[in-house]
Amino acid sequence: MTYTKLASVSAIVLAATTLSTKANAEDLTLCWAAWDPANALVELSKEFEAESGHTMNFEFVPWPNFADRMLNELNSGGKLCDLLIGDSQWIGGGAENGHYVQLNDFFDAESISMDDFAPATVYAYSTWPKGTPNYYALPAMGDANGWFYRKDWFENPEIQAAYKEATGQDLREPQSQKELLQIAQFFQGREIDGKTVYGAAIFTERGSEGITMGVTGALYPWGFKYENTPGSYDMEGAVNSPEAVEALEFYKEFYKTATPPGYTNSYMGESLDAFKSGQVAMAMNWFAFFPGLYADPNTGGDKIDFFVNPPQNQAGSTLGGQGISVVSYSDKQDAALEYIKWFAQPEVQAKWWELGGYSAHNSVLEDPGFVDSQPFAGDFLEAMGGVQDFWQEPAYAELLLAMQKRIHDYVVADQGTAQEALDLLIEDWTEVFEDEGKL
Amino acid sequence: MSDRTVDRVAQATPKRVARKIRGLSDRAIAWIFISPTIFLLLAINIFPLIWTIQLSFTNYKANRIGREVKDVGFKNYERILTDSDTWLNMQATAHFLFWTIFFQVLIGFTLAWLINKKFKGNDLWTTIIVLPMMLSPAVVGNFWKFLYQPQIGLFNYIVSWFTGKEPSSFEMLGSVTLAPWAIVIVDTWMWTPFVMLICLAGLRSIPDYIYEAAEIDRASKLRQFLTITIPMVLPFLMLAVLFRGIENFKMFDLVVQLTGGGPGSVTELTSINLKREAFEKWRTGYASAYAIILFVTVFGLASIYVKALNKVKQR
Repeated sequence: MTYTKLASVSAIVLAATTLSTKANAEDLTLCWAAWDPANALVELSKEFEAESGHTMNFEFVPWPNFADRMLNELNSGGKLCDLLIGDSQWIGGGAENGHYVQLNDFFDAESISMDDFAPATVYAYSTWPKGTPNYYALPAMGDANGWFYRKDWFENPEIQAAYKEATGQDLREPQSQKELLQIAQFFQGREIDGKTVYGAAIFTERGSEGITMGVTGALYPWGFKYENTPGSYDMEGAVNSPEAVEALEFYKEFYKTATPPGYTNSYMGESLDAFKSGQVAMAMNWFAFFPGLYADPNTGGDKIDFFVNPPQNQAGSTLGGQGISVVSYSDKQDAALEYIKWFAQPEVQAKWWELGGYSAHNSVLEDPGFVDSQPFAGDFLEAMGGVQDFWQEPAYAELLLAMQKRIHDYVVADQGTAQEALDLLIEDWTEVFEDEGKL
Repeated sequence: MSDRTVDRVAQATPKRVARKIRGLSDRAIAWIFISPTIFLLLAINIFPLIWTIQLSFTNYKANRIGREVKDVGFKNYERILTDSDTWLNMQATAHFLFWTIFFQVLIGFTLAWLINKKFKGNDLWTTIIVLPMMLSPAVVGNFWKFLYQPQIGLFNYIVSWFTGKEPSSFEMLGSVTLAPWAIVIVDTWMWTPFVMLICLAGLRSIPDYIYEAAEIDRASKLRQFLTITIPMVLPFLMLAVLFRGIENFKMFDLVVQLTGGGPGSVTELTSINLKREAFEKWRTGYASAYAIILFVTVFGLASIYVKALNKVKQR
C-alpha cells in the first residue's frame, strides 16, 4: 500500500513537472544566412534545447537572397523569426524602424556586459546610434574579409625561383596591397601541374553587395573615409579623395590583370569554387569560410594558408559578421532572450569557436591558446583590430546599391574614370541623405 | 408542365429567394450577377492603380512605416525623366526588345514555313523545337550562364571553332559590347518556338484552294509567297509581336539570372531597375512614379499597335 501511494505521488509530481515544463517550452525560430557557421550554430544550439526545454528551429537563407528575404520579413512585421542574426549594416534600420528589441534593460538585469566583447564588434554589431550605449544586438559572429592562398605553390622552389627572376623579390605572404597585386599578376595565366591558373579571386558581384565588399578591401588600406567628420555626412574630399581614387584604380587593375576570365559577377561562392578547383593562387573571402577551407581534402590542410588583408597606407579590413537580435514582432520574446542569455556565457562562446563560429567574446579572443587554436586565428584577431564597416544608416540599402552601381560601372563595365565614379557616388549618397532629412 | 430550362431553373429556385427577387428588373439581376466580378476588378486592379498614382506624388517608403509621408508633387517624375540612368535603362530595354522581336519573327516564321512542309518526322521536329519555351526562365538563365562561361562554356568553344579565336579571349556576359547580345541570343533561343507556333497556326489557316487558284494563274512560288502567304499570316505575326513585345518589356527573371543587370548597368532593363527601386531601395513613391511612366508607355504603344493590327485584319 505504501509503495502504491509512493508510486502515485511520484507519478503525479512527474506529470506536473512535465506539464509545467511543456507549458513554458517554446518553438523558437532563429533566422540567419545559409553558410558554414550556421551549421555550427545548429550543433551548438542542441545544448540550449537540452537545458531550456525549448525547441530551436532554423531558417537559413542563401546569402544572395538573405537581405531581400529578411528585410521583407521585418518590414512586413512578420513573425517568422524570433531571433535574427542580421547583417551589421541593418542595425540602424532595425533600431529606428522598431524591428529589433532594445536590449539594455535585459543586459542590465542579466548582468551581461558589453565590456566582455571585442570593442570593434560591439560598436559595429550592437549599437545604434553608432558608438552610443544603446544595444540592439549581442555580437554573435565576428568576421572580416581576409585572404587565403595555395601554400604548396608558394613553397614550390621552381615557382619561387620564377617569381624571384620576374620580380627580384621573394615569394611570400604579401605585405602590402601592391605586393598582393604583383603576386597575383605573376600567377596569372601561369602553367602549374599542366593546368593554366590565375592570380586571385576577388569580389565583383553586381546584384547585392559583392563588389562593394571587395573594393572596400582596397579603399580602407588606402585611407578611404565616408565622411570628413564622423556624423556630419560631409563626403566631398573624403569619399573622392586622391587616395580613394588611387585605390579604386588599383582594384580595377587587379580585376583586369589578375583574375580568371569571366569573373565579372562573382562573390563568396565563386571565390570558393575558383580556389577549390585549383584555378587561382589566392582568393579573398570572409573568415567565416576559413574552417571549411582548411578542412577541404583537396586544397586544404598543408596546401592552404591565410593572411589578413594587406595594408597600404594603413591597415584596413572590410568588416563582416553579425549580431543576434530579438525581433520585436515575435510572440516569444522571453524565450528568445533566454537564448541570448545562454549564448552570452563564456563557456558557450568557447564551444562556439570550437565548432567553427567566430566568437567575439573577450574570454575566447584573449585566451592565451587562441592564436594557435586554428591556423587563421591570429589573422582573425589582427583583422578585427583594423576593421571598417559600410554605412549602417537606416537607408543603408539605397547607399549600398548606389555604390554597387558606380563601382561596377567603372571597374567591370569600363565606364568613366575612378574620379567620376566616386564623384557620382557622392551625388547619389547626398540625394539619399537629403531624402532622409540628414542634409 | 413545361420542361424549358428557364422554367426548370425557376421551379428549382427556393421560394424564399424567389419572393425576394420577384419584382427585380433584368438590369438589377444583371448587376447582381456581375457585381462580384466588378468588386474583384476594383479591388485587384483599379484600387492598386489609383493608390500607385497617389503614392507617386509622395516620398513614401514602405519600409519606414512611422516616417512622415510628404507630398512632393511631380518631383519623382521629374527626377526619373531627367536622370540619365533612366534613359540608359530605356535604351537597354529598347535594344533588347527590338532585336529579340526581330530575330524571333525572322527565325520563327522561317521554322514555321519549313515545318509546314509535309515531311517525315515533322511532328518530332515540332516537339523538339518547342522544348525551350517549356523550360523555366530561371533554369534557362542558369544553364546559359554555363554555356557562356569563357573557360568551359560550350558556346565559346563553338564560336572559337568557327573563328579560330581562343575560347577564353571573349566574355559574352562580362563584356559591355557582348552582354546585350548575349541576353538577346538566350531570349531568342527560348521564345522563337512560341512565334513559330503562332506562325504555323497562320500558315495552316490558309486554304489550299487559294494556292491552287494561283497555280492555275501561273503565279510563281515567290509571287504566291509575297501575295498570299505573307498577307494572310501577317495578322498572326503581328499578334506574336504584340505578345512578345509586352512580355519582353517586363523581362526580369532571365536577365537577372544571366547578368544581374551587368556588367555595370548595360543590361539593366527597366523592370530590373524598377524592382531595385521598389523592393531593394524601398523608394516606394519614386518606384510608383516609375511604374506609372512604364504603364503609360506600354499602354500607349500597345493601343497604337492594336489599332494597326485591327486595320490589317480588316484588309
